[in-house]
Amino acid sequence: MIGPPLLRLDALGKRYGRHLGCADVSLTLRQGEVLALVGESGSGKSTLLACAAGRLAPSDGRVLRRAPAPDAPEDPRHDAPPLWSDVYADLTEPERRRLLREEWAFVHQDPRDGLRMAVSAGGNIGEPMMAVGARRYQAIRAEAERWLRRVEIPADRLDDRPSGFSGGMRQRLQIARALASRPRVVFMDEPTGGLDVSVQARLLDLIKRLVSEFGLTVALVTHDLAVARLLAHRIAVMRRGRIVESGLTDQVLDDPQDPYSQLLVSSALQL
Amino acid sequence: MIASDAPDKAAAKGGAPCETETGYNFAYLDEDTKRMIRRALLKALAIPGYQTPFASREMPMPYGWGTGGVQVTAACLKPDDTLKVIDQGADDTTNAVSIRQFFAKVAGVATTTRTEAATVIQTRHRIPEQPLRAGQILVYQVPIPEPLRWLEPRETETSKMHALEDYGPMHVKLYEDIARHGRIATSYAYPVLVDGRYVMDPSPIPKFDNPKLHMNPAIQLFGAGREQRVYALPPYTAVESLAFEDHPFDPGGVDAPCALCGHRGGYLDEIIADDAGRRVFVCSDTDFCERNRLNAGDAQPVGFGAERSA
Repeated sequence: MIGPPLLRLDALGKRYGRHLGCADVSLTLRQGEVLALVGESGSGKSTLLACAAGRLAPSDGRVLRRAPAPDAPEDPRHDAPPLWSDVYADLTEPERRRLLREEWAFVHQDPRDGLRMAVSAGGNIGEPMMAVGARRYQAIRAEAERWLRRVEIPADRLDDRPSGFSGGMRQRLQIARALASRPRVVFMDEPTGGLDVSVQARLLDLIKRLVSEFGLTVALVTHDLAVARLLAHRIAVMRRGRIVESGLTDQVLDDPQDPYSQLLVSSALQL
Repeated sequence: MIASDAPDKAAAKGGAPCETETGYNFAYLDEDTKRMIRRALLKALAIPGYQTPFASREMPMPYGWGTGGVQVTAACLKPDDTLKVIDQGADDTTNAVSIRQFFAKVAGVATTTRTEAATVIQTRHRIPEQPLRAGQILVYQVPIPEPLRWLEPRETETSKMHALEDYGPMHVKLYEDIARHGRIATSYAYPVLVDGRYVMDPSPIPKFDNPKLHMNPAIQLFGAGREQRVYALPPYTAVESLAFEDHPFDPGGVDAPCALCGHRGGYLDEIIADDAGRRVFVCSDTDFCERNRLNAGDAQPVGFGAERSA
């Protein structure tokens, strides 16, 4: 199930002027794994995720991405492309954009950041496909309809704009758009933030199902330990920009070692 | 870029009777400004479809009236040129008349309404029906030069998208058209791919005119005054209208004869002819329509009395 490493963060740090975003973070993300970054507001989770996702140049350290396996057997006359490359230092801007478009996907907390609100649901899901050269209208439309059904939105909403959708539907649409380009790694920043508990539960269910159905590799930011418990294989607890503890989800949540993790776990609401 | 085969000045019809204004440099702009615009135009011609910035000047007319086109025309004009100005195909509308008079005054060049007699044609939103020839310059007035503006309001981002050929979102607009209207409903300012590289807004010409952009022997220059951009199509440049494989580009147009000249297959304006609301179609290109009628012995069509003179 869990495959080889796809993404490595090496002593990653980001400063905003005098302020610290995150510092000295080293992590490995393996294929098929769901990693949750937890911590309180302002602990640097989102900064770390943006740096790791190739959207925010870090001040220190490296983000290393493993090159996908070549389709054809390698030609021994040519040098194989390097297995690991730094997303910021080694890739050119067009290469990084292609990576973000075709290999990685990002799900924002606010669906308005990840969707085109004035474009129909079908256009939103179809955009990543058109970006990689799909030029048959009917095929794009059929695929968009399939994705809409997969995220449990009625197919007759295909031509409606997300501005008329509920918060939960928008978030599901954003996930459909992110997954339509068949990414290898998905980054999610508080995907269930701002939704009420029953909608949140359905969405978590959906994400869990999609993760197992497509064998997705996910890096997830959340402040909600229950979300982490439900989705993540591994957890990294962040405080003041640094990782204070990381390990298997059940291990960290049931037997936290670091004093801050203990505080975080004990302050979670119990019903 | 300056046409060499200017026709005899005496052959040009409709030259303005007024005296040339003194106190202005030839063609209104000073020589340094014209040189600056020519440099931008040369760069634009060297990179077909690429929006080249230029230091657009204040012109004695409001933005939206063709300040960009006027500056490009001023930079291209030389004393032996013959100028034609059209607005939506017509030589006799306010915009066309005032710009033609402007250059007659400040440059003293000959003016004409005949497409084939002109060496420089400034146009708002049409390409003449009469095919252009090598040596002619067609200057377009452009309100918004950025074809990606609808999708991405940030200029920093759209210039990156052009640089990286990141044109996927362009098809989202066409997809939306088909999803909403069953066909590509964009009927003017229809986006084109120039020479397989840059996506370009051909200014708000009807999509009917898009095929005329392709492999045109004339020099086509686009000026956007407010947005401070010029772009260009050198002669014989490949220009492809964007479309889907299963929804190919359709230039549209009305399948009716012109009520004045009887010509079929041109771009027609719909006009309400009487109080009963009867509608007729007439050529949008007034010069083309007049030529057709002269050649046919100037027969007046029945029931449409309003003669449009050039």
